[in-house]
Amino acid sequence: MSATIQLTIASTSPLPVRDLGAAPLGFRGRIRGIRAPGTGSLPAAELERRLLELGFVEGARVEILHQGLFGRDPIAIRVDGATIALRRREAGAILVEALD
Amino acid sequence: MNNLSPSQRELRVALVGNPNSGKTALFNALTGSRQRVANYPGVTVERKEGAVTTPSGRRVRLLDLPGTYSLRARSPDEAVTRDVVLGRQAGETMPDLLVCVLDATNPRLALRLVLELKRTGRPLLLALNMFDIARHRGLEIDLDRLSAELGLPVVPSVAVRRGGTEALLARLDALAAARPAEEAPLSHAWSPPDAAELRAMQREADRILAAAVREPQRRDTLTSRLDAVLLHPVAGLLILLTVLFLMFQAVFSWAEPAMELIEGGFEALGSATDALLPETGALGLLRSFLHEGLISGVGSVLVFLPQILILFLFILLLEDFGYMARAAFLMDRIMGGAGLHGRAFIPLLSSFACAIPGIMATRVIDSRRDRLATILVAPLMTCSARIPVYTLIIGAFIPNRTVWGWVGLQGLVMFGLYAIGIVSALAMSFVFKRLLWRGTPTEPFMLELPDYKLPRLRNVLLGLWQRAKAFVRRAGTIILAMMIVVWFLSSVPRPPEGATEPAIEYSFAAMIGKAVEPVLAPVGFNWEISMALIPGMAAREVAVASLGTVYAVGSAEEEDQTELSQALAGKWSLATALAFLAWYVFAPQCVATLGVIRRETGSRAWVLLTFGYMLTLAYLAAFVTFQTASALGAG
Repeated sequence: MSATIQLTIASTSPLPVRDLGAAPLGFRGRIRGIRAPGTGSLPAAELERRLLELGFVEGARVEILHQGLFGRDPIAIRVDGATIALRRREAGAILVEALD
Repeated sequence: MNNLSPSQRELRVALVGNPNSGKTALFNALTGSRQRVANYPGVTVERKEGAVTTPSGRRVRLLDLPGTYSLRARSPDEAVTRDVVLGRQAGETMPDLLVCVLDATNPRLALRLVLELKRTGRPLLLALNMFDIARHRGLEIDLDRLSAELGLPVVPSVAVRRGGTEALLARLDALAAARPAEEAPLSHAWSPPDAAELRAMQREADRILAAAVREPQRRDTLTSRLDAVLLHPVAGLLILLTVLFLMFQAVFSWAEPAMELIEGGFEALGSATDALLPETGALGLLRSFLHEGLISGVGSVLVFLPQILILFLFILLLEDFGYMARAAFLMDRIMGGAGLHGRAFIPLLSSFACAIPGIMATRVIDSRRDRLATILVAPLMTCSARIPVYTLIIGAFIPNRTVWGWVGLQGLVMFGLYAIGIVSALAMSFVFKRLLWRGTPTEPFMLELPDYKLPRLRNVLLGLWQRAKAFVRRAGTIILAMMIVVWFLSSVPRPPEGATEPAIEYSFAAMIGKAVEPVLAPVGFNWEISMALIPGMAAREVAVASLGTVYAVGSAEEEDQTELSQALAGKWSLATALAFLAWYVFAPQCVATLGVIRRETGSRAWVLLTFGYMLTLAYLAAFVTFQTASALGAG
């Protein structure tokens, strides 16, 4: 299936966009878009919807609070009011810009 | 059809909300012990219903629906929530009112769910739960503004404090009185929202939050300080191991006095029966039935109640505290290596008490494949029904001495049996993953880590009570029935007049045991063992009771554990005893577990697969153990 690309990045933004899955512990940023690849266990549209249901919406502030011992995986992400655990693989679908 | 006017008819209310919203605590606060736990027909999703009486005396039927983030159901639990909300659940009347329970300290995701629920057109009331904690943390929630923005009634609630549900109950009264005589036309226009709609709903939820709630800048400091330690990559894992270690210490040592008490009680009851009835004749048969069949049978199962309660006490406390989600986080990568989902950790942990609650707990795993893998290996975890089998054999055959100066040999063997169970469960899930689901990528691990909360005694006790009830019911029905069958098989027909051999030699049990014996001879099992394995299918611990019955009836002596253990030490070789242990690590000796697998997977094929692979492993393990031990001179 074709990967649905949902980028809603304002062209005026001067900040570089990266994926949250590769971000280090302690990273703080703001979500710029969800770009689910169609290659995971879930179809891209389904992964995107699940992330949205857990509050990963454009504009939300995120911070990586914790990470696991093996392969720095999974990660615990603070999203606005809640803390969500994800594997880095899925967090890779979340595009963020760094804050601070 | 229904002639009662709506104001007379009892109000049907369903509680909906995110996981960790305190929904069940609120349900417990409202209904107290007046609740019934059952299953929805056809699925094994737990159905909790209770009754409440409002201040004006109106009866309310309250349904606690499984927690969800969305009506787009991904697991059987969530499908029930969706179907009840939409009035599609078979055998379930559509609720008159939905009460959406929000964690007031963390309302963001719940508010999006509220907007989704609103679109169904069902009457809706919001309960802002944990309102006291929210206020204490400095969250300022403008209830009127929130209500106006959403166009829905909003009440605060505190599930854990007396009087904390008054506002909610008063509101239920008011809504019931104002209920229209005619049911509003149902809006069945619901369809799963797409990504754009979800985004729009979350944006709207965020806008409402910004308007109605003023949040302090800092998050819950207690949770972040605790997580700094409990989720630390190294310290966190060490703490998890310590918690597990303490848990098993407690299960084995704390339970002991209570278990001895139960055992003693049943023995006294047996002796009292003996004193009342003569030993011979028809009444002798009755006496044997009452003592060896009924009393010993029930006693041999109820004796596990203390262990099961202690294990569940730990699990419930850790769950209420919020630690279970952290345990899943810490274990995700380790479990993932074996092809299991991080969430499989809790079901597998429960399986140490009993595979049945463990298999039922797999419902939290969204993906069917991960769920099946967990269900397949859960019976390999050493459940407490294996403990009496292990302790009996270890006590009889393993010398009570220390090795390396300080480690007890008996305890070491016990630990080894547990370790074999865990390692083989992980290894088998790895194998299944390769054989059954080759090439399918791993399911995502997505889990909210809730704020820590002090467990509430009332909730924990209610949970324990429900589990104890379920276990005793099981002991009272299937296991008791099987015990009576065993007694019958080993006591009937009675030996002829002037018989020289022990009575059991003439019974059906002997015939069955001897018929099966040739198949089990290569693994070193005699006919008494072969016979005990058949009723042992009812539940593993029944095998001990059956061996007791077989040898007690056989020698017409008292049948307490030490005597049985001496009898075994005299009659079995060490190789046989070790093979028996090896058999019990793997054997699918539990019809109830197989029944639960049938219900949970909805197919006989998975039951057959579980039964087949476990039986094969058991036979192989026992064979290898017996032959090796015999070759080493233990035959």
